[in-house]
Amino acid sequence: MNPHVKFSQVGHTYTSENGQAVCALKGINFNIYKNEFIAVLGPSGCGKSTLLRLLSGLYEATMGEVSIFGTKVTEPQSNTGIVFQKPTLLPWKNILQNVVFPIQHKQGRVSSKDIESAKAMLKLVGLEEFAQHMPNQLSGGMQQRVGIARALLMDPEILIMDEPFSALDALTREEMGFELLNIWRQKPKTVLFITHSISEAVLLADRVLVLSPRPASVIGEIKIDLPRPRNIDSIKTSEFSEYTDQIRQLIYRPETQTENQESDLTPTLAEQSEGSTNA
Amino acid sequence: MHKFNLSFSQLLPSLTLLALLPIWETAVYIFEIPNFLLPAPSEIMQAFLNVEWSRWSTHLWATLRVAILGFLMSLCISIPLAVIMVRSKFLAKTIYPLLVIIQSTPVVAIAPLLIVMFGAGESPRLAITCLITFFPLVVSATTGMMSTPEELIELSKSLGASPAKEIWHIRLPYAVPHIFSGMKVAITLSIIGAVVAEFVAAEQGLGYFVQFSTSYFKIPQAFAALLFLSVLSLLLFKAVQLVQYLFFRWSLQK
Ligand SMILES: Nc1ncnc2c1ncn2[C@@H]1O[C@H](COP(=O)(O)OP(=O)(O)O)[C@@H](O)[C@H]1O
Ligand SMILES: [Mg+2]
Repeated sequence: MNPHVKFSQVGHTYTSENGQAVCALKGINFNIYKNEFIAVLGPSGCGKSTLLRLLSGLYEATMGEVSIFGTKVTEPQSNTGIVFQKPTLLPWKNILQNVVFPIQHKQGRVSSKDIESAKAMLKLVGLEEFAQHMPNQLSGGMQQRVGIARALLMDPEILIMDEPFSALDALTREEMGFELLNIWRQKPKTVLFITHSISEAVLLADRVLVLSPRPASVIGEIKIDLPRPRNIDSIKTSEFSEYTDQIRQLIYRPETQTENQESDLTPTLAEQSEGSTNA
Repeated sequence: MHKFNLSFSQLLPSLTLLALLPIWETAVYIFEIPNFLLPAPSEIMQAFLNVEWSRWSTHLWATLRVAILGFLMSLCISIPLAVIMVRSKFLAKTIYPLLVIIQSTPVVAIAPLLIVMFGAGESPRLAITCLITFFPLVVSATTGMMSTPEELIELSKSLGASPAKEIWHIRLPYAVPHIFSGMKVAITLSIIGAVVAEFVAAEQGLGYFVQFSTSYFKIPQAFAALLFLSVLSLLLFKAVQLVQYLFFRWSLQK
C-alpha cells in the first residue's frame, strides 16, 4: 500500500533576517498510511511545528521531500485541516461564522450549503446550541472544539493537530482526547497529532514517533497495539503503562534504545525494569 | 460586558466639579483674587451669557469642523499607511523614521510655515490637525495588525488566500481594539490641533476667541471659551466610545 504522507530525508533550516541559520529538522523519514493516527512526540522547541508547516505546504523543506500520495508538497494544501495549540478563533465572529470562516476566507462568500455543513461540524463536536455565541463566552475546551470543527469543515484528508490540548486543564484534556477518537471514528482521517504528553500519544495513536531535541530526528517509532475503541479502561491496562515506559526510556536513553529499536520493538520485561530504575 | 449606561461612579467626576464650584467662588471673594488671574465661576457664567449664542455657535462650529475633518483625514491617511508598513518590511523601515521625525518636530513651530505654504483658509488648519493626530493612529493600527496571532496568518496562507484578504479579513479586524485606543488619543489631539491652528491664523473658532478675548482683557470670556473647548473635547471622546460601542461591541470585551 502506498503511504498517504511520506517524509523522506527531510531537513529544514530557517534563515532569520540577520542571516542566522537555525536547523530545526534533520534526516526525517517516516510514512503515514491512509486514515492512520500518528502521534509525534518531542520536547518543546525541537521542531514539531516545523513538521506541520512543511506538511501543510506553508514552507518548502530545505532538504529532502515531503509528499502526499506521491506528489511533492510545494504550495499550501487545501486538503489539510489544521488545529492549533490555541483555538485562535476570530473574536468578532460568532461560533458558526468562525467555523465557516475558512470557506468565506478562501472563496469570498458562503453558500447556505456551507452553513449547513458548518452546523453539521458543530453538531459533531457537540456544540450545535452554541452556534450564535461569541468565542469569549465559551470555555477553553469548547473553543478548541470549535477549532476542530473549523479544521474539519472542508472535509480534509489530512488533519494536523499541533499540541491542540496542551493549553487545557488535565481533566478537560483527557475528555477531549476521547472525544477526538470518537470524531475520528465517525470521520476517518489521516491524522498527524503533535504532542509532548507521552500518555496522550499512547492513548490516541496507532503509532508514536519520538523526536530528539533540536535539530529533530526520529529516534524511535512505537506501534501501539491497544484495541479500539479506546476508553478510560485502556489507560488502566498494563499494556498502556508498558508503552509509556518504553517511550520514556527512548526519551531518556536514546542511544541504547535505538539499538533495541532495530532488533525488537517491544523490550523484554527485564530491560524495562532496568530502564525505569535508570530513568 | 461593557455597559454604556450612566452609573454613580461615572457621574462622580462631574459631581466633584460641581462640589468645587462654591469653593472656587468663595475663595475668589475671600482672597480678592483679581479677575485677570482667576475669575469666579459666576463671572464666567455672566461672560458666557453676555456673548450671544449665534456668536458662540459660529466659533464652536469652526473649531469642531476643523477638528473632525482633520481627524477623519488623518484616519484615512494612517490606516493605509499602516497597512503598507505591515505588508512591506522595507517600506516600514523607510517610512517609520520619517514618521518619528515628523512626530518629534513641534507642530506649533511648523504651523506658521504651513500657513505660508497653504495660504489662508481652512486647508492649513486641516493640515495642522492631521499632522498632530496621525501618529497615534498609525502606531496603534500597525501594532494591532502586527499582534495578530501567527496561527491565523498560517491558517490564511494554508488556504491560499491573497495578502489583501489576509489584511482585510484578519489583520485589520484584529487591529480594531488597538485602532480605537489610538482614536481616543487622536480625537482629543484634534481639538488641540484645531486650536493651535487658530492661534496662528484664523478669524473664527474657539481658539481664536480665547486669544481675541485675552487681548482685550476679557478674561472671564476667555475662560468661558476654554470651558467650551474642554466640553467639546470630552464630547468627541465620548462619541468615539459610542461608535465603538454601537458598531464594534466585541472589541470592548476583556
Ligand atoms: N520562522 C522561524 N525563523 C527562525 N527560526 C525558527 C522559525 N520558526 C521556528 N524556528 C526555530 O526552530 C526551532 C523549532 O521550532 P518549532 O518547530 O516551532 O518547535 P516546536 O513546535 O517543537 O516547539 C525552534 O528552535 C525555533 O526557535
Ligand atoms: Mg510548536
